[in-house]
Amino acid sequence: MRSPARWLADPWRRPRLLESLVWAYLAWSILPVALAVWFSFNAGRSRSSWQGFSLRWYWQDPVLSVWHDPDLHRALLHSLRLAVLTTLVAVPLGVAFAIGLDRWRGRIAGAFNFQMLLSFVMPEIILAVALLFLVTNLLKVVPLGAGAQLLGLVTFQLSYPVIICRARLLLIGREYEEAAMDLGASPVRALRHVLLPLLAPAIFASAVLVFADVIDDFVLVRYLSSDAATEPMSVKIYNTARSSPTPALNALASIMLASSLLAVALGMLVYRRFTRGERARSDRTSAVQDLAAQV
Amino acid sequence: MAWLLVLFLLPFYVVLSIAFGAVDPLFRTPVPVWNPVQWNPFQFELLFERIFGAGGFLGPAFLRTFAFVAAASAICLLVGYPVAYFVTRYAGRRKGLFLVLLLAPFWVSYMMRMLAWVNLLESDGLVNRALVGAGVLGEPFPWLAGQPLTVVLGLVYGYIPYMVLALYAGLDRVDERLLEAARDLGASRRRTFLLVTLPLSRPAILAGLVVTALPMFGDYFTNDLLSGSPRTSMVGNLVNDAVSSPGQGGQAAALVLVLMALLIVPMLAYVRATARAAREAGR
Repeated sequence: MRSPARWLADPWRRPRLLESLVWAYLAWSILPVALAVWFSFNAGRSRSSWQGFSLRWYWQDPVLSVWHDPDLHRALLHSLRLAVLTTLVAVPLGVAFAIGLDRWRGRIAGAFNFQMLLSFVMPEIILAVALLFLVTNLLKVVPLGAGAQLLGLVTFQLSYPVIICRARLLLIGREYEEAAMDLGASPVRALRHVLLPLLAPAIFASAVLVFADVIDDFVLVRYLSSDAATEPMSVKIYNTARSSPTPALNALASIMLASSLLAVALGMLVYRRFTRGERARSDRTSAVQDLAAQV
Repeated sequence: MAWLLVLFLLPFYVVLSIAFGAVDPLFRTPVPVWNPVQWNPFQFELLFERIFGAGGFLGPAFLRTFAFVAAASAICLLVGYPVAYFVTRYAGRRKGLFLVLLLAPFWVSYMMRMLAWVNLLESDGLVNRALVGAGVLGEPFPWLAGQPLTVVLGLVYGYIPYMVLALYAGLDRVDERLLEAARDLGASRRRTFLLVTLPLSRPAILAGLVVTALPMFGDYFTNDLLSGSPRTSMVGNLVNDAVSSPGQGGQAAALVLVLMALLIVPMLAYVRATARAAREAGR
């Protein structure tokens, strides 16, 4: 056992203090959410005293559970619908944009970069209010509700696939496609059989990001919603968290969490599968770091 | 490109037209005026009267916003820096694990994270139970009844992952050979940190502060969920209240433009600095 003074003087000691601080931070950042999930399985109405495990708030309760309460049910479906639709529109569009930008370089690529960086730091409320006024005053053909929400979400999610796919295109280079065309493939076949498979990891990564981000979105979808039927889960949580909460709300939030975690896990698996053996850096952190770099 | 133009620049033109526009005398709804020549600044006069005027009831909210955002970003930096520093320097083989855990909050919806705290902080919530049980408090403390402390901590909880990530990205780029050189030349740990690491991480600190502080200026939901009292309302709440109350559309537009004017310089500085850094890294 060394004396504390010697331990402090050791220049190569492990930074235990720092390490415990990091663990404390992680506990503080993750435990509240874990507790919220835990209490969604509570048998009682309370969200702070444990009364036994049950699935009451998921579907057993005939009135108040997520499955049977029409409001919660609808919010869940609307969130998933928006997330799927936005991904289906924004990702193919973004990939097409990325390929186009790669061919015809110019100022437009800068515009996408600018938009993504800006949406990182600009308070979302500014964009949401601006879009709301646009839809209510000028683009009156687009009704508030799912249509306007989709339009807004696609606009602001488009930059993810564009930027991620463009980065990957720069990495791939033109050689594979040119080789395919030298061997007699038409440009369309070269695109379909060579370029798109090579792009697949980037496409998946951006689809996951878009999906999880849409599930998360609150400010934009709230202003562009028309009535209770087009309010997704995040808005539902906002509306009821302080007024009449039951563990069903926690259950709803947990389902939301599970769906984005599922998307991320799936995306990560697919991503690793596609990029396997591609890089010398084969440690497990690389996929995580790639995703981290893109957040 | 046309798409971007339509959905990015056009909205701002509409906001301008409404902010400088007229108000329908009957329904009190804002009527946009499309021609800039006919723009009328009365919404701004009204807004500035409400902010700076003698009975200005919006002024305190602006001051409060600055105070809350400053306090919350300072705490984010003080907590986030050691965490990011440890993960870059000392995590070793467990770096992947730490990164997954640090990224975890990004995949949890913001609303859920706030809901979790509403659960914990209710008068019969676990925090009060623990504090009363340990004898720290005689009776449950009303955390959710308009406490500035709760709102600031809520903001910290909500936005600190961005700070940690920005700091991690910056610290990870610091060349480790420089640190080894400093140690070889006889600098102590502390001196190495103060004279080498800290100056080199200055851009990361600035980036982290910008990514955490700017979004906080538009935040109203944290406040609504954790306090809901006008005693803690911020600029975001003012905008949201104006948007949701009838006849205040013009005020909402004016507020948005004021907010934009306040934040445009740091926003563009951040975008430029990041774009330049990306170009240099790509070279």
